[in-house]
Amino acid sequence: MIELPKTSRRKFLRNIGYISVGFPLLSSCFAEQDQKIAARINYDGNLPGSMRNASKVNAWLQVLENGRVLVFSGKVELGQGIRMAICQVAAEELDLELDQVEVHLAETGVTPDEGYTAGSGSVPNSAMSVRYAAATARQKLLELASDKLKTSIENLILYGGKVKSKNGNQSLNFAEILEGAQIDLEVTRPVPVKINTEYRYVGKSIHRKDIPKMVRGEAIYIQDLRFPGMVHARVLRPASYQAKLLSIDQSDLTSQVSGVLKTHINGSFVGVIAEREYQAIQAENFLRRKAKWSSGTEFPEEKNLFDHIKSIADPARNVREEGIVSSEFSSKNTIKAKYTKPYIMHGSIGPACGIAKYDGETLHIWSHSQGIYPMRRAISGMLKMEESKIHVISVPGAGCFGHSTADDAAADAAILALEYPGKHIRVQWSRNDEHTWEPYGTAMIMEMEASLDDQGKITAWKSDVWTDSHSLRPDSDPATLLDTRYLENPVQLKGRGYLGGGHRNADPYYDFPNMQVNAYFFEGPLRVSSLRSLGAYSNIFAIESFMDELAEKGDKDPIEFRIAHLTDERAIATLKKLKDITQSQSVKEGEGIGYAFSRYKNNTAYCSIAAKVKVDPETGKVNIQKMWAVGDVGQIINLDGIKNQFEGGMIQAASWTLKEQVRFSGEKISSEDWYDYPIFRFPEIPEVEVEMIDRPNENAEGGGEVSMPPTGAAIANAVYRASGKRVNDLPITSEKILG
Amino acid sequence: MPKYNLHINGSQKSVETEADTPLLYVLRDYLELNGPKFGCGLSQCGACMVLIDGVAETSCVRPVGSIRDSKIITLEGLADNNEKLHPVQEAFVQEQAAQCGYCLNGMVIASVSLLRKNPNPNDSEIREGLELNLCRCSAHSRILKAVKSAAKNL
Ligand code: FES
Ligand code: FES
Repeated sequence: MIELPKTSRRKFLRNIGYISVGFPLLSSCFAEQDQKIAARINYDGNLPGSMRNASKVNAWLQVLENGRVLVFSGKVELGQGIRMAICQVAAEELDLELDQVEVHLAETGVTPDEGYTAGSGSVPNSAMSVRYAAATARQKLLELASDKLKTSIENLILYGGKVKSKNGNQSLNFAEILEGAQIDLEVTRPVPVKINTEYRYVGKSIHRKDIPKMVRGEAIYIQDLRFPGMVHARVLRPASYQAKLLSIDQSDLTSQVSGVLKTHINGSFVGVIAEREYQAIQAENFLRRKAKWSSGTEFPEEKNLFDHIKSIADPARNVREEGIVSSEFSSKNTIKAKYTKPYIMHGSIGPACGIAKYDGETLHIWSHSQGIYPMRRAISGMLKMEESKIHVISVPGAGCFGHSTADDAAADAAILALEYPGKHIRVQWSRNDEHTWEPYGTAMIMEMEASLDDQGKITAWKSDVWTDSHSLRPDSDPATLLDTRYLENPVQLKGRGYLGGGHRNADPYYDFPNMQVNAYFFEGPLRVSSLRSLGAYSNIFAIESFMDELAEKGDKDPIEFRIAHLTDERAIATLKKLKDITQSQSVKEGEGIGYAFSRYKNNTAYCSIAAKVKVDPETGKVNIQKMWAVGDVGQIINLDGIKNQFEGGMIQAASWTLKEQVRFSGEKISSEDWYDYPIFRFPEIPEVEVEMIDRPNENAEGGGEVSMPPTGAAIANAVYRASGKRVNDLPITSEKILG
Repeated sequence: MPKYNLHINGSQKSVETEADTPLLYVLRDYLELNGPKFGCGLSQCGACMVLIDGVAETSCVRPVGSIRDSKIITLEGLADNNEKLHPVQEAFVQEQAAQCGYCLNGMVIASVSLLRKNPNPNDSEIREGLELNLCRCSAHSRILKAVKSAAKNL
């Protein structure tokens, strides 16, 4: 099975230098604990999908020369705190102190290929792979130590990076046990994992190790990387999506702007490299003034967007059918409603950045992409360069909330690096680039129809959903990268990406005897891809707004009405707890509390949300006073981390719900900056309170997206209660409330 | 190219650049500081804030030529000589007031400036004091807690 033959011995990894977070010592609160042996049980469930291509222990962790443990994960840090979660899980299974674990996040050729960091999948995939690899490693370390120390495993204690005999006479650290080898062993079931009642770290609120560095202004982000001789570049984006470069007069560039090193024009791709960053900006501005572009197709008029969508959509695709809905809809207790959601931005606070260097053989790329292996496939296709000649290192960027612009900036840098070899080329996008070229979350239409019986129970439900793609992430199709569409021989997107995201959560999680869900796909006018929670936010906005309408029609309390249609106890528990927490709230004139529930993807984590709002009857202005969430993500890894994710999701979704809409007219995206695309600012931020129900015996689910879907509907329901006005077209603005 | 002598984090730095270069690029590109971040370049988001004579200002549009004798403190210059964090920095760590942390520079700088003017701000004064600062990860509720707890410990 294993072994560690001397011939295949691998050198101990020396501490690898990488920018991201090297860890300072943690508080000593965990340092002195009883060195008892925690009980274990055999885990015999499924192994995570990430282990399919990385099934051996040493793909996930290796022992350093000093006996510390280096853990590998193919996921990237997006501010969701995955580095800490992985550290906790590894330290737990190997009974290490937290500061004896280092975590190396995504790098091609070093960490496993775990695709994208998306869909709240980092904990169930990456952290769980690390758990099983670490548990397997522990067992192997004990076996090897038992041979070496010539004593039985029962007589050994593994703790704090050492294996000791119980009488304390002998001890070896992990490096001494392995003598320079790594554990080249398949992880196979059953895996002896620590029982959760003995956890020291998992489930606890443990401070992230990167925040102390952030507050000191240490180098953390890709924007902070500096290399000797690094030069700065900008790419001049076309005048509109379809515009082609007709001409560009560069004759005065170098006399007008100092420090310009090179311009590179290829088709409609215009890049400029300068010594200093501000010089690159000035050069880009100069080139913008001198560039002539062809005109492209006009967008439909904003006010006709949803009619336009219906006119271009494919025929319906039935995605769920249970019972027969049509016969029920003839009853008089049938109601219908239509909901819409506009295009919404990711709106990262830090515009994209990419750095690349071509050393004549290998193209090195530093990127804050969410999926460095798939991005490498796309860049390889775009440049017609072998994948093995491209080395990608993941470096954190600002929070990006789905597939945004990181990969495009990396592609910009890659193209320019090949033209200007030997130097690190740093491409920074502007705020305008970011706002007008990012792939938005698509506009959607949701039409709902349902009928109630005499007891006020829903007998039939139909959801019709119109959606564009929710993922055009980079992968084998190079046209997923923006640049590919503007180079000399442009390639346009072939596929339409991941369509499933559009009807994510379009089928209600409630038990209805008859249910039908249809999806209509369209290729809309704006560039789109995955935005946090994909279609779930829109679909749950519609479903949960409609549930309130149905409850009212059946004269039922909204929480009891939901519970009456649920059988899943975990779902019911979140609603009951939410009711308890909000029961004591008094509601004055002009105020209202709204509720909503969802189970993300209908098979992962649960969340119920309440929102209390005040609506000014004169101005229609909505003020969200407070929001509450009750969540259940199964086993909690880091309590404070999950609360942070829930809080952020609620506030971000509240901003979408009340304010956000990408504007466009003619050929142009007119939401060019934060004034044209306002998002929540501090005076608008509601108080938020999050309660988690810990289920240590259930699978650990991610929580990054879970609180967003029910937030929109909870606000809409609260606005209705406060003002008597139901707004079905997002965003919920004062004009719509008064109108 | 003109030369500028700047007071930054307690020491004198000299930089040769065009007068219209925004201070942000001088700090990041010439002086290799990481605290101030590029977020918009339009004075709309606060990511690039620094203290100019004790007051939080955005640095992304302010030309270096206009700085003259003003004293500039960046995030790197807030801790004292023994590396002890400023109470505002300490409070952000204690409250875990960040997700990606990209906005944190502006949040900390704006809070330091606010508390200097008003050591005991109420909730709405804090919100107004941070109005320019955007956070897309939406760590706002923690940031508010951090500013309140820093005010207690100042
Ligand atoms: S970068 Fe200066 S305010 Fe946004
Ligand atoms: S923590 Fe990410 S922008 Fe504020």
